[in-house]
Amino acid sequence: MNKVAVVGYGNTKFSNEDKSIESLLTSATKSLFDQTKNLEQGDIDAVLVSTNDNTKYLSAILSELTGISPKISHTVENLCSSGTNSIVSAYSYIVSGLADIVLVVGADRYDCPGQILEWDVSRGEFNHPVFWASVFTKAHKREFRTTQEDLATVSAKNHSNARFNPHAYSNKTYSIDDVLQSKFITDDLHLLDCSRPCSGASSVLLASENVAKKFEQPIWIKGIGQKTTSASLTKNEDLTTMTSTKIAAKQAFDMAKIQVNDVNVTELHDAFTICEIMALEDIGFVKKGDGASYARGLYDTQDNKINPRGGLIGSGHPLGATGIAQVIEITQQLQNKAEKRQIKNASIGLVHNMSAAATSSTVLLFQS
Amino acid sequence: MTMFENELKKGNFVISECNSCKTIIWPPSDYCNNCFSQATWRKIDPAGKLIEFSKKEETVFGMIELEGKIRVIGKLKINPLDIREGQCVRLHSCNYDKGPQFTFVPCNGAY
Repeated sequence: MNKVAVVGYGNTKFSNEDKSIESLLTSATKSLFDQTKNLEQGDIDAVLVSTNDNTKYLSAILSELTGISPKISHTVENLCSSGTNSIVSAYSYIVSGLADIVLVVGADRYDCPGQILEWDVSRGEFNHPVFWASVFTKAHKREFRTTQEDLATVSAKNHSNARFNPHAYSNKTYSIDDVLQSKFITDDLHLLDCSRPCSGASSVLLASENVAKKFEQPIWIKGIGQKTTSASLTKNEDLTTMTSTKIAAKQAFDMAKIQVNDVNVTELHDAFTICEIMALEDIGFVKKGDGASYARGLYDTQDNKINPRGGLIGSGHPLGATGIAQVIEITQQLQNKAEKRQIKNASIGLVHNMSAAATSSTVLLFQS
Repeated sequence: MTMFENELKKGNFVISECNSCKTIIWPPSDYCNNCFSQATWRKIDPAGKLIEFSKKEETVFGMIELEGKIRVIGKLKINPLDIREGQCVRLHSCNYDKGPQFTFVPCNGAY
């Protein structure tokens, strides 16, 4: 089978700026061209845009604004995991032989419509994600004695990791007490337990094995796992397990022939603090119920191997860009270019990205 | 508006059930997601079980399971000191105002 590598990337800073979606997409594309040697517009076979924005025909618009005339161009939308879904689409185009080089650009604005899933009537009037996250949190507390302080540790850790991410929404750090003193959103979640929507864009360039040789330090996609269990959050029977994540992780490890213990650096989808704890358990880094103590150990030892760029909580969460920003972080880590965030001798990395109360998950494995 | 939303606005919580294989389709749809037969609409059994709950300021909300299959997040008119996971609750009222609204009360006793 054709191998596929990440061979370039670009980022904007995540912020609350009122920039147009076209401007965000173009900025991340310019950043990619600025940083990637030996790339010309004519090399690109496909342009995929990952976004929840309602603007139509964005991939054609981005192509026109950046002087690209691709064979294939379209938008990919899958709420918060649009980014990794677009990367899997790009991978498939390359493996099938339809494309050799694919540009994937993700962007969303702070007011993006992807935060609410109106279709899911089972959410009732409690349609903001903070409500399902509160229910998940309460269930995890009940089942595994997870505490508010455990949750706060995840936030403090990820904000601390975001100190060295130049594209993070904020580089401000918070102590566990700061998190616990932040405003209660519900009885189970503080403001600093939540990621925040913001404006931002990220881009990656994927290439086939033959073409990847002309770029510096290609990073190979070794495993892909995806699962959609439903669209309605109420199908998740066990509120303390993200079933789609569990299935996607197994698929990715099987495909890559890699064990969870082989992974050196990981990006987890911490939309809320409880999501990082559950993802640690459901991917298999620890057994069920041990996610909170594992996260606390990382905080106590200042180990940044989980969410080194600060995760969604530390970096901000522009929905369509998030999965792509996660892939960029793992790529930089495996290229030994992550500067102050660098995990020593990292050669295998994992990305976990999910949507809508974990009704859909993607797990990707990368190797240098 | 859909049939579901129209009925909610009238205060009726209706669900769709398959004519052929009797699957309950949730969230509701015109067609069965098991066998693709036409679905019919009927009122839901209002008695349910509280799966989990939390609170935002003075509003108690929770996930409620109805008919052993349907789960919704609704408002709970229950004293927070008396609430417990697994308790029996019943649908008190429903409405549609920009989105669905479900309110539940304890099966026994006043609220």
